[in-house]
Amino acid sequence: MNIPKTFMGYKRENGRVGVRNYVIILPVDDISNACAEAVGKNINGTLAIPHSYGRLQFGEDLELFFRTIIGTGKNPNVAAVIVIGIEPKWTKRVVDAIAKTGKPVEGFSIEGHGDITTTMKASKKAQEFVQWASEKQRVECPLSDLWISVKCGESDTTSGLASNPAVGNLMDKLEPLGVNLCFGETSELTGAEKVCATRGKSTEISKKFMSTWSAYNDFILENATNDLSESQPTAGNIAGGLTTIEEKAFGNLQKIGKKVKFIDVLGPAEEPKKGAGLYFMDTSSAAGECLTLQAAAGYTVHLFPTGQGNIIGNAIEPVVKLTANPKTATTMSEHIDLDVSKILKREMNLDQAGDALIDVTIKTANGRLTCAEALGHREFIITKLYRSA
Amino acid sequence: MPQTDLIIHDEKDNVAVVVIDKTSKNQECIGWVMENDKTIKIKSISEISLGHKIALQDFKKGDTILKYGHDIGKVVASIKKGDHVHVHNVKTKKW
Repeated sequence: MNIPKTFMGYKRENGRVGVRNYVIILPVDDISNACAEAVGKNINGTLAIPHSYGRLQFGEDLELFFRTIIGTGKNPNVAAVIVIGIEPKWTKRVVDAIAKTGKPVEGFSIEGHGDITTTMKASKKAQEFVQWASEKQRVECPLSDLWISVKCGESDTTSGLASNPAVGNLMDKLEPLGVNLCFGETSELTGAEKVCATRGKSTEISKKFMSTWSAYNDFILENATNDLSESQPTAGNIAGGLTTIEEKAFGNLQKIGKKVKFIDVLGPAEEPKKGAGLYFMDTSSAAGECLTLQAAAGYTVHLFPTGQGNIIGNAIEPVVKLTANPKTATTMSEHIDLDVSKILKREMNLDQAGDALIDVTIKTANGRLTCAEALGHREFIITKLYRSA
Repeated sequence: MPQTDLIIHDEKDNVAVVVIDKTSKNQECIGWVMENDKTIKIKSISEISLGHKIALQDFKKGDTILKYGHDIGKVVASIKKGDHVHVHNVKTKKW
């Protein structure tokens, strides 16, 4: 297949390209959700993104919180941002950081004004932003402006057989074209960590990966009550034919293809800084958390292979779902953007599956709604490292 | 393309994955090596379900199972070519 050289995206002030044109209403904390949602209801075309945290967090957990919230506002799928928080100081911190992208952003704090006055003022600004954003047109952009993240979920043997390798095939084809790619799931690489480390671009990067993985493994060993062989693989995995944790991890690792090397190891929600290529991000393997972190790092399209049928979406990053399980493709068809189950019958090979995935990815980047978007999936799940003060 | 009963990920693999509902005893199975698009044949000596693994060679205790071209565990009870490979005869090397 001739891979298209361009896609139609929204060019942002800082040079990044978005595939969606959201005006988001971003609460800084849990108690500002009501006001943010009121603004979202007042003004058509805006999107409130409520969440559960932002109060009394401290240390590394607070830094991760800010990185996630700010990164969400900075993502090029977002045209403009209204920030609403209870206190002016943290509200301003979020506004100032998002403003560095050059996009329109304005903050409102509720303390001393109340919800109703704040909702009124923020709604007026949101209306102005949404009308401004509605004038933006998609323009032709090189494929290298595309940032793609991947993560799999509700995996079964069909994931390792076909849907994960299809994603890997796409990576092997798009990485040489300068596309920015990201995979994560530190915990689910256990068993394949040494082979994953060999996919680092240099000894230094491989070591960085191993120390990230080891830190996770130490945490598991500290908290585990047994050797984990009761939990990984799960009873469901074993019933489906998966025998060992290594087998499960190698199935997962198929998503990064056969050739691509990762050029850096990112902390959760950390923006990649080394240019085009594949990045590993230290994330949980819980879908909602992982995708929120990847979107906050600036990724604009997500590819999600599933076996038994995960239904995940994301607030600002469209999620393309594919499956090779013929049963899932039939019984949950409204969730599946690409069916690659023909691979199991040898009626499709990995090369064809990779091409079909590139096709649906570019259509999505050009504006086609994914199943998750059409169904209203707007998951936005902040990763919390430990209890608040 | 011919129908396939088994899929082998990598040329180096010594197990294949069943992709039909179930293999039957003494069934001559057709296997597809995805990496190089080759076809192999192997006789199943037991009933093996969809998603489960079949041995492509004889194994003795202590041997290594290769899938995706990589080590996925050790053999803990000998396995005959064509037999079911799973938790009863293979264990992780992790713990």
